[in-house]
Amino acid sequence: MAWKAIDRNTPVVGADAEPALSEAVREKIRSFFDRYETKRAVLLPALHVVQDALGHVSWQAMVEVAALLELPPSDVIDTASFYTQYWTHPKGRKVITVCRSLTCEVMGGPAVLAEIKKQLGIGEHETTPDGNYSLMTEECLAGCDHGPCMLINEKMHKCVKPADVAKILADPDNDRIDSERSDLFDAPRMTGDAARKAPPPG
Amino acid sequence: MADSFEPVLLRNVGVENSTALKVYESRGGYRAVRQALKQTPGEITEEVKKANLRGRGGAGFPAGVKWGFLPPNRTVTLLCVNGDESEPPTFSNRVLMEKDPHQLIEGVIIAAYATQARIAYIYLRGEFHEQFHILQKAIDEAYVAGYLGKRVFGGDYSLECYIHRGAGAYVCGEETGLIESIEGKRGCPRIKPPFPAVEGVFHRPTVVNNVETISCIPHIIERGAEWFAGVGPQHSTGPKLFCISGPVNKPGCYEAAMDITVRELIEREDMGGGMQPARKVKAVFPGGVSMGVLTADELDMKMDFDDPQHYGLLGLGTAAAVVIDQDTDIRIVLRNVARFFGTESCGQCTQCREGTAWMYKIASRIADGAGRIEDLDILLDTARNMGMMPGLSICGLPDGATYPIETIVKKFRSELEDAIRAQPDGRVESAMSAVN
Ligand SMILES: Cc1cc2nc3c(=O)[nH]c(=O)nc-3n(C[C@H](O)[C@H](O)[C@H](O)COP(=O)(O)O)c2cc1C
Ligand code: SF4
Repeated sequence: MAWKAIDRNTPVVGADAEPALSEAVREKIRSFFDRYETKRAVLLPALHVVQDALGHVSWQAMVEVAALLELPPSDVIDTASFYTQYWTHPKGRKVITVCRSLTCEVMGGPAVLAEIKKQLGIGEHETTPDGNYSLMTEECLAGCDHGPCMLINEKMHKCVKPADVAKILADPDNDRIDSERSDLFDAPRMTGDAARKAPPPG
Repeated sequence: MADSFEPVLLRNVGVENSTALKVYESRGGYRAVRQALKQTPGEITEEVKKANLRGRGGAGFPAGVKWGFLPPNRTVTLLCVNGDESEPPTFSNRVLMEKDPHQLIEGVIIAAYATQARIAYIYLRGEFHEQFHILQKAIDEAYVAGYLGKRVFGGDYSLECYIHRGAGAYVCGEETGLIESIEGKRGCPRIKPPFPAVEGVFHRPTVVNNVETISCIPHIIERGAEWFAGVGPQHSTGPKLFCISGPVNKPGCYEAAMDITVRELIEREDMGGGMQPARKVKAVFPGGVSMGVLTADELDMKMDFDDPQHYGLLGLGTAAAVVIDQDTDIRIVLRNVARFFGTESCGQCTQCREGTAWMYKIASRIADGAGRIEDLDILLDTARNMGMMPGLSICGLPDGATYPIETIVKKFRSELEDAIRAQPDGRVESAMSAVN
């Protein structure tokens, strides 16, 4: 998704704000430098790493990424605002991404989405008050052979029926994937119990 | 003849642990690349030209010819593998990457060697998470084995291979949108010429090829161009992946020569397995939504590079079919497709940005039950006035938007008109009522 106007008149970053990126996150971003000819090209990986570490890409983080990649902050905002997967406001610990493209729609996707909205009490791009779930829809997730499908963080749920939703949401491991993970884009962050006890974002 | 088809690209699917390097090698993997590295890059390009390997990403441009456009006196070349796969309802690249990542990597090494690229970027759409982990693990394995990195297979040639992850944007599948996205920018396609072969990523000569195109290459090297050119019809050579989804018994990704028909893809026991009980075909999008729609009477269309044009479609596209069943309201289909393009236009070209948005608004109004008969003509009129074909846009996205809208309105006009006439007069309010 693409061309959305963003209010750029409101100051979004305080001059005396605390730094958002830890040294470890910066180091992770720097590890991508020798993959590309320009520092700008590190921007997409950098935003992935930042979002992974902080949960979203805050304005303050964008300013710091800009400094790290020697870019004007406006370039970072320009890129970050183009892509649907970067959240510029806090999101829940788990993001549910429901496919809304043709196969999933004709196979019953809208009823699944409605059920999730009902159970969580939130709409698209909203977050539950406990900070556990955010909800969004996306165009084709390339899982049409088992539509309706949806992602919970990285985990693909296949052939979901409205009646399955409660069970899926109740499962604490509903975002665990079967494959061995690569930590390339993972940033050092709170995991496990620490994350569960942390105050909800936003 | 199609019955005796032996899968090539999918031969490792279903094999236990098929993503592991040693399993891939035990089944004959990484033989082709060893053979290729003994040949000259020119010889490999010739072989790929002779095989007439046409791009699997949608446009069908011959891969060897594309490589031949690289300037001969270049110093740096980059290879980009297009794994953006965002065209609904396509998932064949996903299957290739999650089931047989080493086949892709072997293809990458050969294609990079043939084009003398020292860096290969595999552009992976942001929604591919498990596929990323699987592919990255395979790349790591290939590095450890000495198949990637400095002096691959102990020879003089070196190649770095990186995955570049996108973050949600259909237009990044367009090759110059992809290039911009690798450079860390919005995925806004570039005006061509210059074509990527002359000026691509970081202004360097760049080759962009689809995941399936690249996955074919080891087999061309190993079995020879004649073998490849002998599979399927004359201008549509080689094994090809077909996706089928919707209310069929066995939705999935199947491999065949390009001589099968849409009907076979739906009905054959070793493919779609027929419609689910009590379901009947109303319409099929045979090549990804952007190619346009077929009616139930048009299922004898051949899934090759030429026949779709005879049915008013844009082309073979991604060869991914979705079946719409008899009980689905065509207005829902119209709105879904219009929304896709309305939200995925990058917004650089006025007629694409505005036209796709209008079509979405009008289609929504119709689907909400507040349509007007003249809306159908407004849709056709809008569709005719956007895209690369009339020379109005930078990339092909609006052409992909016009074909489904035009074919739905033309081929299902009476159903749409009936639905509009059956609307209870003046009682349905649509948020889009005011839009002209
Ligand atoms: C709007 C748009 C989206 C595209 N999306 C994809 C895609 O997701 N994957 C792909 O391989 N090609 C896609 N293409 C086609 C590419 O521009 C390009 O032709 C292709 O990657 C070349 O590879 P090939 O020659 O191996 O097919 C798209 C084209 C357009 C106009
Ligand atoms: S045609 Fe549409 S998607 Fe393509 S560059 Fe123009 S505005 Fe962007």
